Amino acid sequence: MSTSLSPLHLAAALDGAGWHPAAWREPVSRPRELPTAAYWADLVTEAERGLLDFVTIEDALGLQSSHLTEPDERTDQVRGRLDAVLIAARVAPLTRRIGVVPTVVATHTEPFHISKAIATLDYVSTGRAGLRVQIAPRPNEAAHFGRRTVPPLPAGGFNTPAAQQALRGLFDEAGDYVEVVRRLWDSWEDDAEIRDVATGRFVDRDKLHYIDFTGEHFSVKGPSITPRPPQGQPIVSALAHATVPYRLVARAADIGYVTPHDRAQARAIVEEIRTEQTAVGRAEQTLHIFGDLVVFLDDEPGAARARRERLDALAGSPYTSDALIFTGTPVELADLLQEWQEAGLSGFRLRPAVVGHDLPAITRELVPELQRRGAFRAAYEADTLRGLLGLPRPANRYAAPTTV
Amino acid sequence: MSKPLKQIHLAAHFPGVNNTTVWSDPEAGSHIDFSSFAHFARTAERGKFDFLFLAEGLRLREQGGRIYDLDVVGRPDTFTVLTALAAVTEHLGLTGTINSTFNEPYEVARQFATLDHLSGGRAAWNVVTSWDAFTGENFRRGGFLPQQERYSRAKEFLSTANELFDSWHGDEIVADRESGTFLRDARAGAFVHRGPHFDIQGQFNVPRSPQGRPVIFQAGDSDEGREFAASSADAIFSRYAAREQGQAFYADVKGRLARYGRERDQLLILPAASFVLGDTDAEAEELAREVRRLQVSGATAIKHLEFVWNRDLSAYDPDGPLPDIDPDLGEHTVARGRAQVRMYRDPLATAREWRELAAANKWSIRDLVIETGNRQNFVGSPATVADTINDFVQADAADGFILVPHITPGGLDPFADRVVPLLQERGVYRTEYTGTTLRDHLGLAHPGDGREGRAGAARSA
Repeated sequence: MSTSLSPLHLAAALDGAGWHPAAWREPVSRPRELPTAAYWADLVTEAERGLLDFVTIEDALGLQSSHLTEPDERTDQVRGRLDAVLIAARVAPLTRRIGVVPTVVATHTEPFHISKAIATLDYVSTGRAGLRVQIAPRPNEAAHFGRRTVPPLPAGGFNTPAAQQALRGLFDEAGDYVEVVRRLWDSWEDDAEIRDVATGRFVDRDKLHYIDFTGEHFSVKGPSITPRPPQGQPIVSALAHATVPYRLVARAADIGYVTPHDRAQARAIVEEIRTEQTAVGRAEQTLHIFGDLVVFLDDEPGAARARRERLDALAGSPYTSDALIFTGTPVELADLLQEWQEAGLSGFRLRPAVVGHDLPAITRELVPELQRRGAFRAAYEADTLRGLLGLPRPANRYAAPTTV
Repeated sequence: MSKPLKQIHLAAHFPGVNNTTVWSDPEAGSHIDFSSFAHFARTAERGKFDFLFLAEGLRLREQGGRIYDLDVVGRPDTFTVLTALAAVTEHLGLTGTINSTFNEPYEVARQFATLDHLSGGRAAWNVVTSWDAFTGENFRRGGFLPQQERYSRAKEFLSTANELFDSWHGDEIVADRESGTFLRDARAGAFVHRGPHFDIQGQFNVPRSPQGRPVIFQAGDSDEGREFAASSADAIFSRYAAREQGQAFYADVKGRLARYGRERDQLLILPAASFVLGDTDAEAEELAREVRRLQVSGATAIKHLEFVWNRDLSAYDPDGPLPDIDPDLGEHTVARGRAQVRMYRDPLATAREWRELAAANKWSIRDLVIETGNRQNFVGSPATVADTINDFVQADAADGFILVPHITPGGLDPFADRVVPLLQERGVYRTEYTGTTLRDHLGLAHPGDGREGRAGAARSA
C-alpha cells in the first residue's frame, strides 16, 4: 500500500504535560518539572530517538487559558511556561539531528530580534532551526505590552465579519514580519566574512545588505547583526485554519499545519493552499502541508478511548480541539496517516495528549509500524532540518547570480 | 589583626566587535560558531570563573556612511547563545547585555526568567540604554529617545521587570494530582504597572526562577549611571582597571550605597581588563607590543582618529604626523553605532593634547592611537599578573575583573591554566564552586531571603 508515495514526515508538538488539560495529573507526567531543562531535554531526546523530523514548542505571551480570547482564572490546569525559543536553544546542543521549531509571536515582538534569535538557534543546532509564527489576538496579551490595543472579539467569536477583519490585519502583519525575518537572514551573503589580512578587512561590506523594509506596522533597515545562518533560511511554519492564514502559509511558509477532520477535508484544504501557492508564484517551491492530530495511542484496542474518557472525567468536560482527536492503536494511526497522505498531506504534526505516554508511543510504536510499511525513514538521512524536509539550501536573494 | 583577604571574582568577556580582538591571528577562530562559545565557556568554567559576559550592539557600526569593516563584524543573539551555553556548563554564570530602549519589559523578563530556569539559577543582565535613531531604524519603536530620558526609561524598565519577576512568589505551583489543583492561586503573576514609559497590566507567565531575579549589572559611568548602579545594581561592569582610577571609582560608588540602605558588599565593582601573558615579564612585554600593533593597523588608526576629528581623514598617512586641521565640532556624523565617540567630550582639547603628545614622542598617527588607546591592563608572567590582580583587589581598586582576551576562542586558556592556580595558591580564589547559582558565586543574597535592604532598594528604583 502507498508504495508510490514518499516517506512521511513526522513532527511532535510539545506543550506542557501534553495537549489534554488533565494530562498533568497522569502518574507518568512530571508537572513540577515543567520549567526545568531536564524535562525538555528528555522530551526532545525521546523525539530524536524516534527519528522525527522536528519538534515544535508552543508559546504565548500570556498565561494559558481555556477561553479563546481571555484569561480563565482556572487553577486545575497547567499555567505558566518558558520562552520557547530558549527551550529550543537549551536542548539543541544535547541533540544531533532533530529539528527544533519554537513558536514566535509576531504581534508583539520585534522581527529584528527574532530573526537573529532563530539564526542563532540555527548556529547552536548546526542547521536544525525553524520557527512557527503565531498571531496574538487576545486583548489581555496586548495589555502586557501596552503599545497597541487589540479590540475584544465580538460575541460571535472568530467567525463574525468584524473579527475576520481584525484577524486579517494581524495575519497581514505576520506576513510582513516573516518577510523581514527572511530578508535579515539573507542580509549577509554566505561569503561576506573574508578576513583579508592584507587589506585589514574582516568583511566584504559589498556582501552585507540593507533590507530597507517599510510596512504599515514597522520599518526595518538591517542588515542583521548575525551572519547568514547555516541553513541560509531556517524553516518557517504556521498553523492555519482558514483562508486568511492559508494565504500566509502559501506566501511565506515552508510548512503549513492544517486541521482537517477527514480525508475529504484534507484534500480540499490542500487544494486551496496549492491554488494560493500558485497564485503567489511559488508553484515550483516545496511547501509541505502537514496534518495536525491530537493523539491518544495504546496497543490494546479500546484502551486509548478509555484513557481519553478517564481524562475527560478528571477535567470535568470533554476535551475539544481544532484538530481531530485520534484515539486508537499505533497500527490504526498508521493506517489513517497513510490514507490522509493520499489526500496530499506530506507529513503530520502529532500533538501527544499526554506527552509522557503518547510521545513514547509515537517514537517506539507508531514509528516502527510506519518503518515496516516503508513509510518512514530508518535513519536520519540529512544533518540539517531543510535536508530532512527535502528542501535545498536556498540561494541568497541579495547575491548576484553566479554564472556557470 | 590584619584585614582578611578579599576573595577575587573573575569573569570572562567573549571577545567582541572591536579592535581589542585580533581576528588576523592564525589562532583566531570563528566569532559566530557555537563551538567557539562552548570552548570559551568551558575554559571559564575550568578556571572557576563566576560568569561569562556577552556585549551587544543592535546595528552594525558605520563610519563615513559605510559599514565598518576593519574589526570583527557579526555576533549571535545574546539570549539564545547564553541559554545554549547552559547546556554545556554546570556552574558558570551567564551574563547578557540587553538594551532597555529597544525591548519591552514583559518579553525581556520572560527571557531572563527562562534563562534562569534553564541554567538552574545562573542568569545575569547587564542593563544598558541607548537613544540613537541610528539603531532605532531596526525596530518598531524607531530610535529616538531624548538622551535625558534614557536613564529614566532604563530605571523604569528595570523596576517593571522586577515587578514581573516578583509577581510569582515561588509557591504557586502545587500540582496536586489527587485534588486536581495545579495552581494555588488563580492570580499568579498578576501585575499592574503605570508609569511614564510603561503602562501595562495582566499576568506574567513564567513561574519564579531559581534566583528570583537575574543578577543586575550596570555599565554606565556618568553620575546618573553611578547613581542607578548604587540604587539598583548587583555589580558594575566598570572601565577603570588601572589602580588609582579604580580606587577612586570604587570609593565613589561604594560610598553611594548607604543612601539606598545597602551594604558595601551588595554591589561588586568589576572592571573590564585585558591581559598578555609570557613566560617572563620581558617576553610578555614584547608580545604585548606585537599585539598592540596587530590591534591597530594603519587603517584602524585613521578610523580612530576620525572619532575625535569627526571628519574623513582617509587622505592622511597613518605613518605620518597628525592632521593640522581641527576637529569638526558639529553633530557627530562620521562614526555611528559606537560608544567610544561619546568619550571625547571636548574634541578640540583632545586634538591639542594628542598633537603635543605626538610631537614630544615623535609619534606617527598610528603610534599615537596605539599608545593612547592602549587597553592592556595586565602584562607579565603568570606570577606577575596574579600578584597585580591580587594587589588591585586587596587595595580596593576592584572586587575582581572581567577579562577579555584578544583571541577567540582560545585566548582565555593560558589564563585559566597558568594564572588561576597561582591565585588559588595565594588563598584568594576559589578552588571549587561552593554554590550553584550566580548569586552564590558572587556572594549576593537571593531576593527575599532576608537582606531586604538591597531587594527593597531595587524594587523602588
